[in-house]
Amino acid sequence: MTDPVSFGPDLAEVFGPSQSDGGPDLVQLLTPEGERVHHPDFDHDFSAEELRGLYRDMVLTRRIDVEATALQRHGELGIWAQLLGQEAAQIGAGRAMRPQDYAFPTYREHGVAYCKGVDPLRLLGLFRGVDQGGWDPNENNFGLYTIVIGAQTLHATGYAMGMQRDGVVGTGDPERDSAVLAHFGDGASSQGDVNEAFIFAASYNAPVVFFCQNNQWAISEPIERQTRIPLYQRALGFGFPGIRVDGNDVLATYAVTKAALQRARDGNGPSFVEAYTYRMGAHTTTDDPTRYRLNDELEHWKLKDPIERLKVYLRRNGLVDQQFFDDLDAEAKALGHHLREGCKALPDPKPLDQFGYVFSEMTDEIREQRDGFAAYLASFELGQSEGAHA
Amino acid sequence: MSTQKITLAKGLNMGLRKAMEADDKVLLMGEDVGKLGGVFRITDGLQKDFGEDRVIDSPLAESGIVGTAVGMALRGYRPVVEIQFDGFVYPAYDQIVCQVAKYTYRSQGKVKMPIVIRIPFGGGIGAVEHHSESPEAQFAHTPGLKVVACSNPVDGYWMIQQAIAHDDPVIFLEPKRQYHADKADLDESATPEPLFTSRVVRAGTDATVLAYGPTVKTALKCAEAAESEGRSLEVIDLRTLSPLDMGPVFESVRRTGRCVITHEAHVNLGMGAEVAARITEQCFYSLEAPVLRVGAFDMPYPPSRIEEEYLPDLDRVLDAVDRTFAF
Repeated sequence: MTDPVSFGPDLAEVFGPSQSDGGPDLVQLLTPEGERVHHPDFDHDFSAEELRGLYRDMVLTRRIDVEATALQRHGELGIWAQLLGQEAAQIGAGRAMRPQDYAFPTYREHGVAYCKGVDPLRLLGLFRGVDQGGWDPNENNFGLYTIVIGAQTLHATGYAMGMQRDGVVGTGDPERDSAVLAHFGDGASSQGDVNEAFIFAASYNAPVVFFCQNNQWAISEPIERQTRIPLYQRALGFGFPGIRVDGNDVLATYAVTKAALQRARDGNGPSFVEAYTYRMGAHTTTDDPTRYRLNDELEHWKLKDPIERLKVYLRRNGLVDQQFFDDLDAEAKALGHHLREGCKALPDPKPLDQFGYVFSEMTDEIREQRDGFAAYLASFELGQSEGAHA
Repeated sequence: MSTQKITLAKGLNMGLRKAMEADDKVLLMGEDVGKLGGVFRITDGLQKDFGEDRVIDSPLAESGIVGTAVGMALRGYRPVVEIQFDGFVYPAYDQIVCQVAKYTYRSQGKVKMPIVIRIPFGGGIGAVEHHSESPEAQFAHTPGLKVVACSNPVDGYWMIQQAIAHDDPVIFLEPKRQYHADKADLDESATPEPLFTSRVVRAGTDATVLAYGPTVKTALKCAEAAESEGRSLEVIDLRTLSPLDMGPVFESVRRTGRCVITHEAHVNLGMGAEVAARITEQCFYSLEAPVLRVGAFDMPYPPSRIEEEYLPDLDRVLDAVDRTFAF
């Protein structure tokens, strides 16, 4: 074996030391112990009301996730993609958006959907198998869940290019200026579409923020399988800035995403936010993480729980009383009830209706197929069992 | 009434211009479509007149082009995407099949996807690999997409405008060999037929020849040659591949009893197979012979020095017509 030939810079020098805890560039405003720290570039003067609001959002988001997971266990959902542990990343990002901003989700952004005003019950339809996406994306500026990972980052970029053409970028009017938040995960960062989205966004200076929840696992594949460098540092290679934020710190995620969105709204182009977090649950309810990861890792991340640290901070600073927790508990219970009862009441789709969704208007071909199927189904109805088929 | 003589390239260019004038939400996107006017010059002069925001030179990434078009459509635009060559559409295949085709269905009809994906298709231009293919069946097989193929300059002018005005995604196939070949008289004041209709382009009584895109010209030549031998062929330009407009085809085959379909794509699981099956279902008692298909063999597109041997030509189509009579 010969010594390695020198070829370009030493990657360890360029990208820094081991980053298993997020590394030195991790933006944090609230430590896992609930201590408020400050950052020279990203900070925000949170009012007590804002802090209570963020806490409430995370608790309710976790409740949505817990209820949906239970509904799957009870056989009411076919599958559920859990977000446990990623509440801060999603609420921080979701609350940093303005109503005119548009979010493109993967299939796990239940917290962002909640922030955008989508009734959480609507999220269940896809997982129950009653629809493929039960909300109107343009009603809440929240795209439909996208199962092919990374595909939506291109939609986000194209949407942002549309905003540029509509003259809603860089006008200086805060009610008008808009941006797009493109969600994806560490696994999707390997997809061609995500890399193409980076290139298009950079090329056209599109007002899009690429928000990657690096939850360390793509089903069973660890982040090391997707990248040899910290993900946020990839952005520079595409020509825009990347920031790594503590994705379990709702304050930091909010502050960083807010700055990134403002930058985009102002016409200063795309950026990349890597929310460094951890998938506490399984990939979905059909997954078994005990086959591929160690319990120690899970225990380690439990200490960084996004909700717990804010709770500690609120309590320690006297920003909440017992009434607050009691009210929130009642609200979460009501939300759970809404999801449980609502889920079971979601109507099954009608087979004949499906023909009408393929195109903006039914073609003669599809109408003929629908009518044939309708006649076939009708042939089973009482009194029509014979002859209806002829 | 004033007419002008135009090529297919000119017809498409004029049609695109008309569509952009009619609706400022219409955008053109693709590789080299701006200053260069596209490698076939179909978008010639449009960026100069409509600006870089509406005629967008894109990075060289087909999935990126189609994927961003989806986002544009969600924002209310009507993107017209140019895929430079047929064989380059595959990097965009996922976005076309999983996103463009499914978004309306996924949203239970709440979201429209008015995207036109223009693809120069077919062979006969002496090109290298990936520049001569006929991928239509792959898209016609996908629910949620509409697929049309123009065959002449006048149709090019009208059909591209109709496709752009349509609210569903349209794969728009252009026979690249014809771009600069023949001229035809365009009367801009005429009323075009609806987009999703097939058309009898030559009436006949003895056998029906079906074609679309580049093979329409071949079929018409066959009809001329057959006439000199005393045989009358009816030629139908299918024009729309999904949905199919089978009415004129059934009417014709019920009269002639014989049918040959020709396309440049592979016959195995191609458009001809679907058309033949439908004819068999609807015209069974009228048929004097099985429906025959003339198309490509099951091999990748060959080196261009022998492509004329490989492409369906006058002799191979007439041979098939003879076989339907010999049956």
